[in-house]
Amino acid sequence: MENEQEDIIPYKTFLIVLAILIGLTLTSVALTRIYLGALTAAAALVIAAVKSSFVLRIFMHLKTDKKMFSVLVIAVALLISTVIIITFLDYLYR
Amino acid sequence: MTNPADIRRQADTAKLGMWVFLFTEMLLFGGLFIVYSVYRLRNAAAFHLAAQEMSVVIGTANTIILLISSSTIAMAMTAIRKDNKRLALLLTGFTVILGLLFLVNKYFEWGAHFREHIYPGSSTLALRGQGDVLFFGLYFFMTGLHALHIIIGMTIIIVIMTFISRGRIHANRYSVLENGALYWHLVDLIWIFLFPLFYLIT
Repeated sequence: MENEQEDIIPYKTFLIVLAILIGLTLTSVALTRIYLGALTAAAALVIAAVKSSFVLRIFMHLKTDKKMFSVLVIAVALLISTVIIITFLDYLYR
Repeated sequence: MTNPADIRRQADTAKLGMWVFLFTEMLLFGGLFIVYSVYRLRNAAAFHLAAQEMSVVIGTANTIILLISSSTIAMAMTAIRKDNKRLALLLTGFTVILGLLFLVNKYFEWGAHFREHIYPGSSTLALRGQGDVLFFGLYFFMTGLHALHIIIGMTIIIVIMTFISRGRIHANRYSVLENGALYWHLVDLIWIFLFPLFYLIT
Protein backbone atom coordinates (compact mmCIF):
# COMPACT_ATOMS: atom_id res chain seq x y z
CA MET A 1 0.00 0.00 0.00
CA GLU A 2 2.83 2.36 0.86
CA ASN A 3 4.58 2.32 -2.50
CA GLU A 4 1.19 2.92 -4.11
CA GLN A 5 1.02 6.23 -2.28
CA GLU A 6 4.39 7.31 -3.65
CA ASP A 7 3.06 8.37 -7.03
CA ILE A 8 0.57 10.82 -5.48
CA ILE A 9 1.62 14.23 -6.79
CA PRO A 10 1.73 16.84 -3.99
CA TYR A 11 -0.60 19.90 -4.17
CA LYS A 12 2.46 22.15 -4.15
CA THR A 13 3.71 20.75 -7.49
CA PHE A 14 0.44 21.74 -9.18
CA LEU A 15 0.54 25.23 -7.69
CA ILE A 16 4.13 25.76 -8.86
CA VAL A 17 3.24 24.54 -12.38
CA LEU A 18 0.17 26.80 -12.39
CA ALA A 19 2.38 29.79 -11.50
CA ILE A 20 4.79 28.89 -14.32
CA LEU A 21 1.90 28.52 -16.80
CA ILE A 22 0.39 31.90 -15.87
CA GLY A 23 3.87 33.47 -16.09
CA LEU A 24 4.36 32.00 -19.59
CA THR A 25 0.90 33.25 -20.66
CA LEU A 26 1.69 36.81 -19.55
CA THR A 27 5.12 36.57 -21.21
CA SER A 28 3.55 35.57 -24.52
CA VAL A 29 1.05 38.46 -24.28
CA ALA A 30 3.88 40.91 -23.53
CA LEU A 31 6.08 39.50 -26.32
CA THR A 32 3.39 39.87 -28.95
CA ARG A 33 2.66 43.49 -27.87
CA ILE A 34 6.21 44.54 -28.77
CA TYR A 35 7.16 44.38 -32.43
CA LEU A 36 9.14 41.29 -33.33
CA GLY A 37 8.09 41.05 -36.96
CA ALA A 38 7.92 37.50 -38.29
CA LEU A 39 9.28 36.25 -34.97
CA THR A 40 6.03 37.17 -33.17
CA ALA A 41 4.12 34.13 -34.41
CA ALA A 42 7.07 31.83 -33.79
CA ALA A 43 7.57 33.14 -30.23
CA ALA A 44 3.86 32.77 -29.37
CA LEU A 45 3.74 29.21 -30.73
CA VAL A 46 6.96 28.14 -29.02
CA ILE A 47 5.58 29.41 -25.68
CA ALA A 48 2.30 27.56 -26.38
CA ALA A 49 4.31 24.37 -27.01
CA VAL A 50 6.24 24.81 -23.75
CA LYS A 51 2.95 25.41 -21.87
CA SER A 52 1.38 22.31 -23.37
CA SER A 53 4.36 20.17 -22.38
CA PHE A 54 3.84 21.27 -18.74
CA VAL A 55 0.12 20.42 -18.96
CA LEU A 56 0.86 17.03 -20.55
CA ARG A 57 3.72 16.03 -18.25
CA ILE A 58 2.44 17.29 -14.89
CA PHE A 59 -1.35 17.81 -15.05
CA MET A 60 -1.92 14.79 -17.30
CA HIS A 61 0.70 12.73 -15.39
CA LEU A 62 2.78 11.69 -18.39
CA LYS A 63 5.93 12.24 -16.34
CA THR A 64 4.91 9.67 -13.71
CA ASP A 65 2.72 7.35 -15.82
CA LYS A 66 3.79 4.34 -17.86
CA LYS A 67 6.18 5.30 -20.71
CA MET A 68 3.68 3.90 -23.21
CA PHE A 69 1.40 6.94 -22.83
CA SER A 70 4.26 9.39 -23.52
CA VAL A 71 5.33 7.40 -26.58
CA LEU A 72 1.78 7.51 -27.96
CA VAL A 73 1.42 11.27 -27.34
CA ILE A 74 4.77 11.96 -29.03
CA ALA A 75 3.72 9.78 -32.00
CA VAL A 76 0.45 11.72 -32.43
CA ALA A 77 2.28 15.07 -32.07
CA LEU A 78 4.75 13.96 -34.78
CA LEU A 79 1.87 12.85 -37.01
CA ILE A 80 0.11 16.22 -36.70
CA SER A 81 3.31 18.22 -37.26
CA THR A 82 4.24 16.07 -40.29
CA VAL A 83 0.85 16.78 -41.86
CA ILE A 84 1.29 20.52 -41.13
CA ILE A 85 4.80 20.56 -42.65
CA ILE A 86 3.74 18.64 -45.77
CA THR A 87 0.72 20.93 -46.25
CA PHE A 88 2.95 24.00 -46.03
CA LEU A 89 5.58 22.56 -48.36
CA ASP A 90 2.78 22.09 -50.86
CA TYR A 91 1.44 25.65 -50.49
CA LEU A 92 4.82 27.38 -50.41
CA TYR A 93 6.58 25.54 -53.25
CA ARG A 94 3.71 24.55 -55.50
CA MET B 1 -12.97 -9.39 -9.04
CA THR B 2 -12.17 -6.36 -6.94
CA ASN B 3 -8.68 -7.05 -5.68
CA PRO B 4 -6.35 -4.03 -5.96
CA ALA B 5 -4.21 -5.52 -8.75
CA ASP B 6 -7.29 -6.11 -10.92
CA ILE B 7 -8.62 -2.62 -10.27
CA ARG B 8 -5.26 -1.16 -11.27
CA ARG B 9 -5.16 -3.16 -14.47
CA GLN B 10 -8.71 -2.11 -15.33
CA ALA B 11 -7.82 1.50 -14.59
CA ASP B 12 -4.82 1.33 -16.96
CA THR B 13 -7.02 -0.09 -19.72
CA ALA B 14 -9.64 2.60 -19.17
CA LYS B 15 -6.94 5.27 -19.26
CA LEU B 16 -5.58 3.92 -22.56
CA GLY B 17 -9.10 4.09 -23.99
CA MET B 18 -9.41 7.68 -22.79
CA TRP B 19 -6.08 8.64 -24.41
CA VAL B 20 -7.10 7.07 -27.72
CA PHE B 21 -10.27 9.20 -27.61
CA LEU B 22 -8.17 12.29 -26.77
CA PHE B 23 -5.99 11.55 -29.82
CA THR B 24 -9.06 11.74 -32.06
CA GLU B 25 -9.83 15.12 -30.47
CA MET B 26 -6.26 16.28 -31.11
CA LEU B 27 -6.54 15.23 -34.77
CA LEU B 28 -9.90 17.04 -35.08
CA PHE B 29 -8.50 20.32 -33.78
CA GLY B 30 -5.17 19.66 -35.53
CA GLY B 31 -7.04 19.57 -38.84
CA LEU B 32 -8.75 22.86 -38.01
CA PHE B 33 -5.38 24.43 -37.11
CA ILE B 34 -4.11 23.45 -40.57
CA VAL B 35 -7.18 25.00 -42.24
CA TYR B 36 -6.59 28.18 -40.20
CA SER B 37 -2.87 28.32 -41.09
CA VAL B 38 -3.42 27.82 -44.81
CA TYR B 39 -6.17 30.48 -45.00
CA ARG B 40 -4.01 32.82 -42.92
CA LEU B 41 -1.15 32.33 -45.39
CA ARG B 42 -3.43 33.13 -48.31
CA ASN B 43 -5.20 36.09 -46.64
CA ALA B 44 -2.38 37.50 -44.52
CA ALA B 45 -3.48 41.16 -44.62
CA ALA B 46 -7.16 40.52 -43.78
CA PHE B 47 -6.28 38.09 -40.95
CA HIS B 48 -3.80 40.64 -39.58
CA LEU B 49 -6.47 43.37 -39.37
CA ALA B 50 -9.27 41.09 -38.17
CA ALA B 51 -7.14 39.62 -35.36
CA GLN B 52 -6.63 43.15 -34.01
CA GLU B 53 -10.37 43.32 -33.28
CA MET B 54 -10.05 40.54 -30.69
CA SER B 55 -10.08 41.48 -27.02
CA VAL B 56 -6.67 40.41 -25.72
CA VAL B 57 -7.84 41.19 -22.16
CA ILE B 58 -10.77 38.74 -22.29
CA GLY B 59 -8.62 36.17 -24.12
CA THR B 60 -5.86 36.40 -21.50
CA ALA B 61 -8.39 36.27 -18.63
CA ASN B 62 -9.99 33.15 -20.11
CA THR B 63 -6.58 31.52 -20.59
CA ILE B 64 -5.72 32.09 -16.93
CA ILE B 65 -9.19 30.88 -15.83
CA LEU B 66 -8.72 27.60 -17.74
CA LEU B 67 -5.18 27.12 -16.40
CA ILE B 68 -6.43 27.55 -12.82
CA SER B 69 -9.31 25.14 -13.48
CA SER B 70 -6.84 22.56 -14.81
CA SER B 71 -4.77 22.84 -11.65
CA THR B 72 -7.84 22.51 -9.38
CA ILE B 73 -9.01 19.28 -11.04
CA ALA B 74 -5.43 17.97 -10.93
CA MET B 75 -5.36 18.72 -7.19
CA ALA B 76 -8.74 16.99 -6.79
CA MET B 77 -6.96 13.78 -7.87
CA THR B 78 -4.41 14.25 -5.09
CA ALA B 79 -7.25 14.96 -2.62
CA ILE B 80 -9.21 11.81 -3.51
CA ARG B 81 -6.08 9.65 -3.31
CA LYS B 82 -5.41 11.05 0.16
CA ASP B 83 -9.02 10.14 1.00
CA ASN B 84 -9.99 13.79 1.49
CA LYS B 85 -13.52 13.65 0.07
CA ARG B 86 -14.50 17.16 1.18
CA LEU B 87 -11.50 18.82 -0.46
CA ALA B 88 -12.00 16.74 -3.63
CA LEU B 89 -15.61 17.92 -3.87
CA LEU B 90 -14.55 21.51 -3.21
CA LEU B 91 -11.86 21.39 -5.92
CA THR B 92 -14.07 19.72 -8.55
CA GLY B 93 -16.86 22.21 -7.73
CA PHE B 94 -14.41 25.06 -8.14
CA THR B 95 -13.39 23.64 -11.53
CA VAL B 96 -17.02 23.69 -12.71
CA ILE B 97 -17.44 27.30 -11.50
CA LEU B 98 -14.30 28.34 -13.41
CA GLY B 99 -15.66 26.61 -16.53
CA LEU B 100 -18.88 28.60 -16.12
CA LEU B 101 -16.86 31.82 -15.71
CA PHE B 102 -15.05 31.01 -18.98
CA LEU B 103 -18.42 30.64 -20.74
CA VAL B 104 -19.74 33.92 -19.25
CA ASN B 105 -16.69 35.74 -20.68
CA LYS B 106 -17.26 34.00 -24.00
CA TYR B 107 -20.90 35.17 -23.94
CA PHE B 108 -19.89 38.81 -23.52
CA GLU B 109 -17.13 38.45 -26.10
CA TRP B 110 -19.41 36.93 -28.74
CA GLY B 111 -22.18 39.36 -27.77
CA ALA B 112 -19.90 42.31 -28.55
CA HIS B 113 -19.13 40.84 -32.00
CA PHE B 114 -22.83 40.21 -32.68
CA ARG B 115 -23.68 43.84 -31.81
CA GLU B 116 -21.21 44.91 -34.49
CA HIS B 117 -23.06 42.57 -36.87
CA ILE B 118 -20.13 40.17 -37.03
CA TYR B 119 -21.41 36.60 -37.05
CA PRO B 120 -21.35 33.71 -39.54
CA GLY B 121 -23.50 34.54 -42.56
CA SER B 122 -23.80 38.27 -41.72
CA SER B 123 -24.08 40.62 -44.70
CA THR B 124 -21.92 43.26 -42.93
CA LEU B 125 -19.16 40.68 -42.65
CA ALA B 126 -19.60 39.59 -46.28
CA LEU B 127 -19.04 43.20 -47.41
CA ARG B 128 -15.68 43.24 -45.64
CA GLY B 129 -14.32 40.58 -48.01
CA GLN B 130 -13.30 36.96 -48.17
CA GLY B 131 -10.41 37.18 -45.68
CA ASP B 132 -12.63 38.57 -42.90
CA VAL B 133 -15.35 36.01 -43.62
CA LEU B 134 -12.73 33.24 -43.29
CA PHE B 135 -11.13 34.65 -40.13
CA PHE B 136 -14.39 35.15 -38.26
CA GLY B 137 -15.91 31.94 -39.64
CA LEU B 138 -12.95 29.97 -38.27
CA TYR B 139 -12.99 32.01 -35.05
CA PHE B 140 -16.65 31.29 -34.31
CA PHE B 141 -16.40 27.65 -35.37
CA MET B 142 -13.20 26.81 -33.49
CA THR B 143 -13.94 28.72 -30.27
CA GLY B 144 -17.57 27.49 -30.48
CA LEU B 145 -16.46 23.88 -30.81
CA HIS B 146 -14.08 24.48 -27.91
CA ALA B 147 -16.90 26.02 -25.82
CA LEU B 148 -19.00 22.91 -26.56
CA HIS B 149 -16.14 20.85 -25.12
CA ILE B 150 -16.18 23.07 -22.01
CA ILE B 151 -19.91 22.38 -21.56
CA ILE B 152 -19.38 18.61 -22.01
CA GLY B 153 -16.42 18.72 -19.60
CA MET B 154 -18.48 20.58 -16.96
CA THR B 155 -21.25 17.98 -17.30
CA ILE B 156 -18.72 15.16 -16.84
CA ILE B 157 -17.25 16.84 -13.75
CA ILE B 158 -20.71 17.33 -12.21
CA VAL B 159 -21.40 13.60 -12.70
CA ILE B 160 -18.00 12.89 -11.11
CA MET B 161 -18.98 15.06 -8.13
CA THR B 162 -22.10 12.97 -7.53
CA PHE B 163 -19.92 9.83 -7.71
CA ILE B 164 -17.52 11.28 -5.15
CA SER B 165 -20.29 12.30 -2.77
CA ARG B 166 -21.94 8.86 -3.04
CA GLY B 167 -18.60 7.19 -2.34
CA ARG B 168 -18.33 5.54 -5.75
CA ILE B 169 -15.04 7.33 -6.34
CA HIS B 170 -12.61 6.93 -3.44
CA ALA B 171 -8.91 6.53 -2.54
CA ASN B 172 -8.71 3.02 -4.04
CA ARG B 173 -10.93 3.60 -7.06
CA TYR B 174 -10.49 6.91 -8.85
CA SER B 175 -10.27 5.92 -12.52
CA VAL B 176 -13.39 7.90 -13.51
CA LEU B 177 -12.05 11.08 -11.90
CA GLU B 178 -8.65 10.54 -13.53
CA ASN B 179 -10.14 10.13 -17.02
CA GLY B 180 -12.58 13.02 -16.56
CA ALA B 181 -9.63 15.19 -15.50
CA LEU B 182 -7.69 14.07 -18.60
CA TYR B 183 -10.58 15.31 -20.76
CA TRP B 184 -10.64 18.66 -18.94
CA HIS B 185 -6.87 19.05 -19.37
CA LEU B 186 -7.22 18.38 -23.10
CA VAL B 187 -9.79 21.17 -23.36
CA ASP B 188 -7.23 23.41 -21.64
CA LEU B 189 -4.50 22.17 -23.99
CA ILE B 190 -6.54 23.09 -27.07
CA TRP B 191 -7.18 26.58 -25.69
CA ILE B 192 -3.42 27.02 -25.13
CA PHE B 193 -3.09 26.93 -28.94
CA LEU B 194 -6.35 28.72 -29.83
CA PHE B 195 -5.37 31.72 -27.68
CA PRO B 196 -2.19 32.76 -29.56
CA LEU B 197 -3.72 31.93 -32.96
CA PHE B 198 -6.75 34.18 -32.61
CA TYR B 199 -5.73 36.79 -30.03
CA LEU B 200 -1.95 37.23 -30.02
CA ILE B 201 -0.65 36.76 -33.56
CA THR B 202 -1.85 39.84 -35.45
